[in-house]
Amino acid sequence: MIKNTAAQMSAALEKGETTSVELTKLHLDRIAEVDPKVKAFLHVDGESALKQAAAVDADRASGKKLGPLAGIPLALKDVLAQEGVPTTAGSKILQDWKPPYDSTVVAKLKAAGVVILGKTNMDEFAMGSSTENSGYGPTFNPWDLTRTPGGSSGGSAAAVSAFEAPIAIGSDTGGSIRQPAALTGIVGVRPTYGAVSRYGLIAYSSSLDQAGPFGRTVLDTALLHEVIAGHDPKDATSLNAPVPAVVAAAKSGDVKGLKIGVIKQLQGDGYQTGVLARFNESLDILASLGAEIVQVDCPSFEYALAAYYLIAPSECSSNLARFDAMRYGLRTGEADGASAETVMNATREAGFGREVKRRIILGTYALSSGYYDAYYGSAQKIRTLIIEDYKKAFTQADVLVSPTSPITAFKIGEKSEDPIAMYLADVATIPVNLAGICGMSLPAGLADEDNLPVGFQIMAPAMQDQRLYQVGAALEAALVSKWGGHLISKAPALGGAK
Amino acid sequence: MSSLSRDEVAKLAALARIEMSEAELINLSSQFGSILDAVARVQELNLEGVKATSHPQPLENIFREDVVLPSLTPDQALSGAPAQEDQRFRVPQILGEAE
Amino acid sequence: MALSYDDVIAKYEPVLGLEVHVELNTESKMFCSCSTTFGGEPNTQTCPVCLALPGALPVVNAKAIESTIKIGLALNCQIAPHSRFARKNYFYPDMPKNFQISQYDEPICFDGFVDVEIDTDEGAKQFRIEIERVHMEEDTGKSLHVGGATGRIHGAEYSLLDYNRAGIPLVEIVTKIVPGTGKYAPEVAKAYVAELRDILRGLKVSDVKMEQGSLRCDANVSLRLIGSDVLGTRSETKNVNSLRSVERAIRGEMIRHAELLNEGKKVKQETRHFQEDTGLTRSGRSKEQAEDYRYFPEPDLVPVAPAAAWIEELRAQQPERPSIRRKRLKEQWAVPDKEMAAMINADVLDIVEETVLLGADPTKARTWWLGEISRIANEKEVALTELTIAPKDVAEIVALVAAGELTDKLARQVVEGVIAGEGTPSQVVAKRGIKVVNDDRALMAAIEKVCADQVETADKVRNGHVPAAGALIGAVMKETKGQADAARVRELLLGHLGQPSN
Repeated sequence: MIKNTAAQMSAALEKGETTSVELTKLHLDRIAEVDPKVKAFLHVDGESALKQAAAVDADRASGKKLGPLAGIPLALKDVLAQEGVPTTAGSKILQDWKPPYDSTVVAKLKAAGVVILGKTNMDEFAMGSSTENSGYGPTFNPWDLTRTPGGSSGGSAAAVSAFEAPIAIGSDTGGSIRQPAALTGIVGVRPTYGAVSRYGLIAYSSSLDQAGPFGRTVLDTALLHEVIAGHDPKDATSLNAPVPAVVAAAKSGDVKGLKIGVIKQLQGDGYQTGVLARFNESLDILASLGAEIVQVDCPSFEYALAAYYLIAPSECSSNLARFDAMRYGLRTGEADGASAETVMNATREAGFGREVKRRIILGTYALSSGYYDAYYGSAQKIRTLIIEDYKKAFTQADVLVSPTSPITAFKIGEKSEDPIAMYLADVATIPVNLAGICGMSLPAGLADEDNLPVGFQIMAPAMQDQRLYQVGAALEAALVSKWGGHLISKAPALGGAK
Repeated sequence: MSSLSRDEVAKLAALARIEMSEAELINLSSQFGSILDAVARVQELNLEGVKATSHPQPLENIFREDVVLPSLTPDQALSGAPAQEDQRFRVPQILGEAE
Repeated sequence: MALSYDDVIAKYEPVLGLEVHVELNTESKMFCSCSTTFGGEPNTQTCPVCLALPGALPVVNAKAIESTIKIGLALNCQIAPHSRFARKNYFYPDMPKNFQISQYDEPICFDGFVDVEIDTDEGAKQFRIEIERVHMEEDTGKSLHVGGATGRIHGAEYSLLDYNRAGIPLVEIVTKIVPGTGKYAPEVAKAYVAELRDILRGLKVSDVKMEQGSLRCDANVSLRLIGSDVLGTRSETKNVNSLRSVERAIRGEMIRHAELLNEGKKVKQETRHFQEDTGLTRSGRSKEQAEDYRYFPEPDLVPVAPAAAWIEELRAQQPERPSIRRKRLKEQWAVPDKEMAAMINADVLDIVEETVLLGADPTKARTWWLGEISRIANEKEVALTELTIAPKDVAEIVALVAAGELTDKLARQVVEGVIAGEGTPSQVVAKRGIKVVNDDRALMAAIEKVCADQVETADKVRNGHVPAAGALIGAVMKETKGQADAARVRELLLGHLGQPSN
């Protein structure tokens, strides 16, 4: 049962073949069994999950009309505030902090009857591409436990990939949903900026952050997308527009006559052979399904990584200033006579990890007087050029595509000493964030050289998220029929799966 | 080749209120050259006349009505406080003056 | 060597710069829906946003934008078609986010002016204060310093923080440098702050109570040698919390600067704090380097772009300028200077005007509001406007007195009744059975009784010592429970005792 898709589970619930309590128990058992190896979760709250599940079962029994994900278990990235449940953003500075409020995403999940199993591991404050930067130790890739699941939403991706949950929530600032989805062989979508409320999403980089769904299929991902998206008056950057019909698009999956643009700058040097092979294979499939493949040129993308590593650190240096030991979270260094300032300094030193400090210092530098124009100011202009490149490209194609990640899952520790090498993991995903548009990663197969999953990235203009699902579903259907099943069924068992 | 000296890193750390150890300062200073080189690529293009984008969506005038809604209870507000007294957040002595 | 003010102005010319912070009187905070009510129990008006809990986001209060534009228009400013919020980054425990949401290079209003008039040796003279910018920001929380001798920040063992005030909308009004005021600098500054206060009050956008901190002034002062066009180093004095203090602080700083300069010393560019008790300033923190605030556009908020039509609508709604209105009312009501000042001070102009518009005599209306009703308000420690008595009640009372249906003394009882919630003046009159005794026979009976009781006094009056009649009149009034018309009593009594009544 746990290997079913969320849509199948939903149908089983609807027909009375199972209950939410039963589904929840099965997943809690699976977590107990495999999570000691995978370490996807930071916090599992079985008791309250079962309580939620029982409430949904009762509602169903009473004949109440329920949404498609009612009673379906979910894993929640620890970056989203959930009332009364430890929420740490993977940082020691927030150890044991329990928010007195729900993020809008959590409120929407609860309203839809989705059962929250627990909080998943992540790079501290979503800064990283491997989940190794968590203050609570790394998460391991279910495909190969010596490798990272990518990041920063590595815990959520690993949980879905390891059948600990059928669906999960992540957040994507520079690729933090799509890259781990690629590295763990599942589907992940970063919705258009402003489509999902950021209220209660612990901010890393406000102008780039966006929460989004993970699933093992395009349809499951769409179902979750529809639950969490929508206008929120508590977020001034939230888009006041109807949610695109993503579920309908995921069910149609037709690419006939669509123009698909391949971005010249997002392939070639630095891309693993097996990654490019699977990517090109997918392009051939799309062409065989009736899509027209065109090449597009986005020259400013070459500067996207540099712009990102100025904008995100700058915003984070300010966003993370609130962690100061005064109102909540860690407080240390309170020796006799220590001043507030001393305590702040000591707490931030002790509470933040290496990468977080590195980015805070970089951002502080980029914003400081005398350097602002050269760094932050220039990065904001590059951002304009990237938006213009996309605009032009979208006049030539309905969607744009690239490999999600230049490489497959890398070894734990392999890049943790080399920040620049780590930053390169996001080279293909970052332009989407800078432009505020939407992107999806879905499995394109395994790389021949290492038998690890490869992700295929689809990008669409702002508020055209349904195009991702339309193209994704078509490609997925063709690949599944080619493979004789979903890619995820080829993942190692990890334990005696039920 | 960019670089940032140990003292410059120390100044930034002070601005960011992080009490870094000597080893950290030196380590960060040694890494910063290559990081700054990487990000300084934003200066390679001629950006004259290019508008700066600080926000990805072209939104304007997003306001809320001036209406009072319930606040947190003081218990909720203080629930995460490392220390409290008389329904207030208790913090170590403050040295500098307020702005 | 202590210099006199005259010594200072003989040699130097002061250059001023004033920054005024105004707390807006919105119902809710700048970026969240918490109440802004003053004086609540600590931390009862806080939420994830104003406590800066992880994940919380600001949303701008529409009313705050409107109030700021109104202020800009009243100060003759341009209203920016496009402005933005920016983050001002610095750490301080009373500021939960450790950045303040403010405006930096794109303020909502800019380039305005205010004209003020002061008395000079050459008569009334007008000075123009140019406004550089008007921008929006948010207030900080309040800290209580515990331990140490004074309860002040120095020597405190620890501090207690209350964030009720954190996030209350503030508008900062910054002048350009103000040269050319010469020896009148302190008076001009005071007149400017007073004018600003009246303008803001007229706009009804703030309580403008300096003592509660809803209007706060920082005064920048520098001196230059007369004839020189090189600006001196300025000091910025904070904590100037009354109009009188504005004047004292500037005068004090001018003298302090001049003493330093005369001794060949340098004026330090620093923040200073005004001490109400001594009238002097003391040095605040002096930093080795200027704080680097690392301003950048607030990414959680989108630009403010007020529609031209909306701005014109607000412009059309602008109230009469306070200086013009004061002049008009003073003339219309024929009020002496001193009384006019008293009304302005007591903030009763609005309420008196409303009473007059309902038909009351201006002098009578003024006397009631400034006298008896103010006294009761003081006693109850509430504002005049919080009492249940309204201009229409006072107008009715004035009318009843004019019609001879109430004496002044009875009218006071009616005022008391209205304030006690007993209804309108006529209802109070009916309920309490208050009426003027103007039945001469009843009055004569009382007069005869009193004269019989106080034979000696009555004889004194009979013998021509008229002032002694006061005691008898008082006794008659008492006898008639204050319901008699004292003038009529006097007339009848003096007639009874054979004295002329005028």
